Amino acid sequence: MEGHSTYQPQGKIARWFESRLPIMGLMHSSAVSYPTPKNLNYWYTFGAILTMMLGVQILSGVVLAMHYTAYAPISFARVEHIMRDVSFGWLLRYIHANGASMFFIAVYIHIFRGLYYGSYKAPREVLWILGVIIYLLMMATAFMGYVLPWGQMSYWGATVITNLFSAIPVVGTVIVEWLWGGYSVGDPTLNRFFALHYLLPFMIAGVVILHIWALHHVGQNNPDGVEVKSVAKDTVPFTPYATVKDIFGMVVFLLFFSYFIFYIPNYMGHPDNYIPANPLSTPAHIVPEWYFLPFYAILRSIPDKLGGVLAMFSAIAVLAFLPWLDTSKVRSARYRPLYRQFFWIFAVVAVGLGYLGSQPAEGGFVIASRILTAYYFIHFLIILPLLGLFERPKPLPASIADAVLARNGATVVAGAAAPQTKG
Amino acid sequence: MAHTETSGTNRRDFLYIATGAVGAVGVAGMIWPFVSQLQPDASVLALSTTEVDLSPIQEGQIVTFMWRGKPIFVFNRLAKDVELARAVPLNQLIDPQTDQDRVKAGHDKWLVVIGICTHLGCVPLGHQGNYDGWFCPCHGSQYDSSGRVRVGPAPLNLAVPPYTFVSDSKIVIG
Repeated sequence: MEGHSTYQPQGKIARWFESRLPIMGLMHSSAVSYPTPKNLNYWYTFGAILTMMLGVQILSGVVLAMHYTAYAPISFARVEHIMRDVSFGWLLRYIHANGASMFFIAVYIHIFRGLYYGSYKAPREVLWILGVIIYLLMMATAFMGYVLPWGQMSYWGATVITNLFSAIPVVGTVIVEWLWGGYSVGDPTLNRFFALHYLLPFMIAGVVILHIWALHHVGQNNPDGVEVKSVAKDTVPFTPYATVKDIFGMVVFLLFFSYFIFYIPNYMGHPDNYIPANPLSTPAHIVPEWYFLPFYAILRSIPDKLGGVLAMFSAIAVLAFLPWLDTSKVRSARYRPLYRQFFWIFAVVAVGLGYLGSQPAEGGFVIASRILTAYYFIHFLIILPLLGLFERPKPLPASIADAVLARNGATVVAGAAAPQTKG
Repeated sequence: MAHTETSGTNRRDFLYIATGAVGAVGVAGMIWPFVSQLQPDASVLALSTTEVDLSPIQEGQIVTFMWRGKPIFVFNRLAKDVELARAVPLNQLIDPQTDQDRVKAGHDKWLVVIGICTHLGCVPLGHQGNYDGWFCPCHGSQYDSSGRVRVGPAPLNLAVPPYTFVSDSKIVIG
């Protein structure tokens, strides 16, 4: 975006340093003078909240790793050691375990925000795909992290998920044995999952940098979905406006997060994971963590092993093609009356799949999962391509400034007339 | 590279191809150890045979043993279990296989199978389901008294591990 490289180093040392490594200028242009659309609402603070959560997870995770041992006969006990012996170990573990759930709550809000306001449309396709990659890396990281306490759900979750790869024709069994480092989930599996669980967050951090780079290159989308036409009229500088708004969003989110840590720390967990892993006994009802449930429901709804696995991976992969599946030129659902309704139907279907994923695979639950799975794909593959052709969008505002004035015109005029009343 | 009038190869072409070839071979050579280390290691392979004494297993009882970290079901089947398994027409099976092919001749009552559901790897529960065999609690697959899948989503029968009878009451798995 134009018009934001205004950094002037103050003082001799700053000038000396800036002429050798212009990092302060880069920080200034991306986090201080960077122009943000002036109509951004609180749904746009989740990017900052997610960045904070990545930091929280890396920090608490590195500290936990100092007390943990990845060795199958003792890993369960090591986690209990963290809970009981390590000073504030319970807090660190509850931050990390609930932090994973919070991370996914935030990422789902962030994704649905993108879906509602059409943030994936040109020129933001690469930005969106980088987001899908981050989401995939998050899922892999969370899954491997859940294996580390080596409880019953860890063990059997790892067994079910790694067995998904056995559905691949011909080489499936070999791939699964390579994932396991044995003939079943065991100590070698635990060790390599720990190594990867430590590695992947740093890969996420790398892709996050690309994601933010792409964002700052094309500029943020906004609730009205019209491009910035005039930096002076349509935008405000990142600092203080977006910075303060983001920090406020983070604080509110931390309050929500704290409620879980301090009052219901095991609400998102599964009691079976407090039973040590036992390769001879499968828990009666295996469920993955809540954030995987919609995909688990899709997996189980297909009565064929390979078909189920393909459907599950396709459900995620289809997101990467969204910029081309949605044929409408209008971004924001505010100006797309039909898409707005289909968006909410899709949101209900996604939550419904999550509920079905938590229920046993029998009777009416199976039929309902099949219907909702079909709708999930119909939404992306049929409804979105056709909607762009048949929908008559509402007239778009000429600019962001016009949209803001049309909504808040009276207040702005009143505020301009009596500036002294504005605290 | 700039265009030159001379046809044929020169020293620079030779160096370019030789460097590329050594580089490619070197990279390929280093990829293999990094992939190969994923395989089951020698300590895992060392546990690859298990001896099982069959004499304490009562008629009608299913006992679970460990082999290569996996549960092995040893089922001392009653005569009616065997009859039931052999009476099923093959075209009713998801993964058609005769009961005779799944046991050792002369030891027809002993069924030895890997106790891992062929769907996604859970351990099925014995003496449950509608087919006198196993029921998988994870996704509802059912197996009969020959360990053959009768109700999906599992695609295959419970696998029969490699084993031999060393005497009438002892087998070696692996």
